[in-house]
Amino acid sequence: MHTKTIAELARGLQNREYSSVELTQHFLGRIKQAESVNAFVTVTEEQAMAVAKKADEQIAKGQAGPLTGIPIGQKDIFCTQDVKTSCGSKMLDNFISPYSATVVEKINQAGAVMLGKLNMDEFAMGSSNETSFYGAVKNPWDTTAVPGGSSGGSAAAVAARLVAGATGTDTGGSIRQPAAFCGITGLKPTYGRVSRYGMIAFASSLDQAGPMTQTVEDAAIMLQAMAGFDPKDSTSVDQPVPDYLDGLEKDIKGLKIGLIKEFFADGLDEGCAKTVQAALDEYRKMGAEIKEISLPNLKLSIPVYYVIAPAECSANLSRYDGVRFGYRCEDPKDLNDMYIRSRGEAFGAEVKRRILIGTYALSAGYYDAYYIKAQKVRRLISEDFKKAFSDVDVIMGPVTPTTAFGIGEKTSDPIEMYLSDMYTIAVNLAGLPAISIPAGFSDNKPVGLQIIGNYFAESQLLNVAHQYQKVTDWHQQLPEQFA
Amino acid sequence: MALTAENVNSIAYLARLGIDEKDVEAYAKDLSGILDLVEQMGSVETEGVLPMAHPTDQPQRLREDEVTEHDQRDYFQKLAPQVEAGLYLVPKVIE
Repeated sequence: MHTKTIAELARGLQNREYSSVELTQHFLGRIKQAESVNAFVTVTEEQAMAVAKKADEQIAKGQAGPLTGIPIGQKDIFCTQDVKTSCGSKMLDNFISPYSATVVEKINQAGAVMLGKLNMDEFAMGSSNETSFYGAVKNPWDTTAVPGGSSGGSAAAVAARLVAGATGTDTGGSIRQPAAFCGITGLKPTYGRVSRYGMIAFASSLDQAGPMTQTVEDAAIMLQAMAGFDPKDSTSVDQPVPDYLDGLEKDIKGLKIGLIKEFFADGLDEGCAKTVQAALDEYRKMGAEIKEISLPNLKLSIPVYYVIAPAECSANLSRYDGVRFGYRCEDPKDLNDMYIRSRGEAFGAEVKRRILIGTYALSAGYYDAYYIKAQKVRRLISEDFKKAFSDVDVIMGPVTPTTAFGIGEKTSDPIEMYLSDMYTIAVNLAGLPAISIPAGFSDNKPVGLQIIGNYFAESQLLNVAHQYQKVTDWHQQLPEQFA
Repeated sequence: MALTAENVNSIAYLARLGIDEKDVEAYAKDLSGILDLVEQMGSVETEGVLPMAHPTDQPQRLREDEVTEHDQRDYFQKLAPQVEAGLYLVPKVIE
């Protein structure tokens, strides 16, 4: 059952080949067996069984939707009422959310069965899942390697077939990079497409939630449930949600693909480059036209990001003060001591680095030189994309410069870790949608292909990515150990 | 841009963020490295470019001035480390 996609499982449920209760038990069993992957922070077995029973009743009544009774996992960044929501941090280790995120409510309403909360880098700050308070997650393809981050638990759980689908969030690549490292499909929608209400904030002008699944078709099914206007999120965009399954089968003959010259320069591993080139050849065979484009300001994406994201993070994380919820230190001697020690004892090193950089960039005398300058360069990067999209339909390139690196390999040098997001960050700065799909292997580890679309062009992205999955089977491969 | 240990301590205080004395040097080194990376922004001319605060240029939405939230104080305060009579307690501020 676990090798099936969401779409296949839904058909199996409809045809009474198995019940949601059986499906849920099966996946819960796999989660237990795969405990060493460390993909979950919390497994919600009891709740899952109760939801599965209800789903079976709905199916019996003929009221099932495409997600009814399907076992999924939620990244532990989404608030789930009455269930611990840790955000991968000691700060929220004791936090039982009093309400649910809009994404969680929508997926629950669609009838999906949440099996638990998935491990992640602390407050989504990391590219390897090693900054989690709950320990590193292992890559199912090579358990000595990282799964990527920050949605590493989500990617590993889908890759090891512990859930049929999962949610993730992407601030600088946190859906696409782990999807690439774990050989799954991950979509970061346009900024504002999916509600951020109840999604614990890291960098509010960059954060966006999206689906992580085996196939593009499944990503379409999950995005359908997640997307839409939400009055509770002031940055949510009031635009109709198209039927994402509708356009999947469209012919892509004549599609104009832009290839970012700068992405194939220094720093891209040879095996990854070859794999991406082979994927582009597939698109040529399908009748797409490929032309090289140049986005000269893209090289500044990482410097810009490491001002804007920490600045927003330092503001967002000031709410964790030990007063109303979360961790409070023992025996504070005064109010200041309480703030300083609660935050000092409960935040990990990477979160601290980012709070410090952000505080510095926003402090008097440095605000213009860092924060305003970064916002200006951000506009230049975004205009580079706008120009490119007047000429091409989609942009393609690698997701990551290398395949999954080893656990512990990059923890001593934060900057080396930051550079692993060099191809994903610009998309967040511009607010564009992008998808990562499995495109092959290099040294037995998965390589992803990134496809970037214009604003609100999720349907087109899904169509273009789905057509590739129709002529390849990389997305059907699964790690032997978890077969 | 190189930050000193003293710089780190004062930034940490601004952020009310406890840093172990033994880690201050390491943070100074890491943060200086990050700032060096950030300096690359200087390589591009941005005179007259409008700062981009947000990916979508939509104005802030307004809504009717109606009560949409009901009082859940007791429910929310269950999460708090210390409460009394509906108030959040912190160490004594005024002597």
